[in-house]
Amino acid sequence: MKPVFMTYTKKDLINLAVCMVLSVLVIPTFITTEYWYTSILIPWLCLALATIGQQIVMGYTGQLALGAAGFMAAGAFAMFNLILRVPDLGFVGSLIVSGLIAAAFGILFGLPSLKVRGIYLMVATLASQFFIIWMIDKFGWFKNYDSSGIITAQDIVILGKPFTTPLAMYFVCLAVTTVLTLLAMNMARGSTGRNWMAVRDMDIAAESMGVSLLRTKVQAFAISAFYCGVAGALFAFCYLKSLEPVAFDIKLSFKILFMCILGGLGTINGAFIGAAFILLFPVLLNAIGNNVFHGAIDATIISSIEQVIFGGLMIIFMIYEPLGMAKLWENIKQKWKTKIPSSTNLKSSLSKKT
Amino acid sequence: MTQERRFKIGKPILEVKNISLSFGGVKAITDTSFDVLEHEVRAIIGPNGAGKSSMLNCINGIYKPQQGTVSFKGKEIPNITPNIMAQMGLSRTFQNLALFKRMSVLDNILVGRKLHTKTNFLEVAFQLPKVKKEEKLNRDRSEEIVSFLEIEDIKDTPVGKLPYGLQKKVELGRALATDSSIILLDEPMAGMNVEEKRDMCRFILKVNDELGTTMVLIEHDMGVVMDISDRVVVLDYGKVIGDGTPDEVRSNQKVIDAYLGVEH
Repeated sequence: MKPVFMTYTKKDLINLAVCMVLSVLVIPTFITTEYWYTSILIPWLCLALATIGQQIVMGYTGQLALGAAGFMAAGAFAMFNLILRVPDLGFVGSLIVSGLIAAAFGILFGLPSLKVRGIYLMVATLASQFFIIWMIDKFGWFKNYDSSGIITAQDIVILGKPFTTPLAMYFVCLAVTTVLTLLAMNMARGSTGRNWMAVRDMDIAAESMGVSLLRTKVQAFAISAFYCGVAGALFAFCYLKSLEPVAFDIKLSFKILFMCILGGLGTINGAFIGAAFILLFPVLLNAIGNNVFHGAIDATIISSIEQVIFGGLMIIFMIYEPLGMAKLWENIKQKWKTKIPSSTNLKSSLSKKT
Repeated sequence: MTQERRFKIGKPILEVKNISLSFGGVKAITDTSFDVLEHEVRAIIGPNGAGKSSMLNCINGIYKPQQGTVSFKGKEIPNITPNIMAQMGLSRTFQNLALFKRMSVLDNILVGRKLHTKTNFLEVAFQLPKVKKEEKLNRDRSEEIVSFLEIEDIKDTPVGKLPYGLQKKVELGRALATDSSIILLDEPMAGMNVEEKRDMCRFILKVNDELGTTMVLIEHDMGVVMDISDRVVVLDYGKVIGDGTPDEVRSNQKVIDAYLGVEH
């Protein structure tokens, strides 16, 4: 398929148009309960963005990194301090600069990837998670010497207009996520993405083709951290509406890792599918618990069941479909397409027998 | 063979001097020297474990020899890395296939165009006009290589799903895409049937003839080697035991002994 605009094919543009109509027109008209925006749609967009960051470093470049939440924390606290101390930057400017600050951390903690790989790199990148959180806790300056431990995030003001309603915040998240997703897609499909995947699939051959391992890996870590940083800032300002280091603990990093793997390594749409699944699944389980069993099952048991099912699903996906739900979806579409010809083949072969 | 060549064989383009390589106590290569002339097809042969692949890995910078030097295009290269050699115009294929398995055939070949890609990731992200121009040039060149190697029908298939012979072809294609002046081929015909081998020979000679690319190949099939190469160097136990035209090598007693065995 030939791209018709930038790197997008006709099919991509149709998909994009459908998504845009859904998210800009259909959702705001039909969903009016605040709950959906504040607890599902906004965190979904934020975490999907962070998952794209994780995809770039893990799915595309093949570097087993675990510390997305650390970079998110860096982005969130950078945002808080920028709005506080450099108000002239404005919301969008601060968002970009906080992404860049997170990217600087990404470069720093991406450097071990040159020497260690696989599970050892995972341990090395884990350091970023703990270091960034420790740093924010240790130095009061980052929290503006607030003693309560939880700081309220400033209101979002873009071009003098406040964006404080859930719907307005949803649109802010949607706009940022859409732009960054399209940029990520351009990179992934262009020469940048080919370099990442070459390093992932066979680093020695990539180097023999003139792909610098140092530059490619560090670049992937930086871009990944940028995405996580921006996602973290949105997560804090639109979803949590407060800033506390505990919100960005190792559990969140694991959550993003699961979203990445379940969604499908090395796919951009997988980030959205994975994030949606992991966010919606507990909601669904709760709904089943409340409506089918009418609260007969204890809430703690439901959350344990959730963990069990996640664990099981991870194992099943690792064994049967390592490329995750995005690939599963492709396969289903493929089956639908081939279903009609294959059944006619069957018929003709049956008629030949008789 | 050598009559009426478009690119006349010239001066040495690659010189290997007194290379010694050992892994711990095992000596893979001992004090080996040979040269490769511009535009020639040069074969490295020898029994299993003679140090042929190690030799290529030294030239390409994957292994660092303890002694000796490699000169390329008249310059001695002190700290060889695969990247430096690629930038200087040396490309290679690998014995055990080193393709990017989850990428399509065309994408694999496009990675070979890396050194002809000057745009950075930001320009790619925003798809600036110069990115499109460059991408089109690279794609056109890659498509040319695809049709040259007669693999048009599989160009969108992930390489991991292809049979061995085709993967070898793709690897040659990727090396070609770099537009290097010299290509090292590590057993390009291993595991192929007669027909595939004949095809591969045809491609190697065609590349050499049409583009003037210097080819250095390691091969086991003596018939093939004698047919397509201009000069042959024979390694045994990490040492050069014969060097010359196929005819000279064929009549060299040491080579005959190494290949057929000799009573001690």
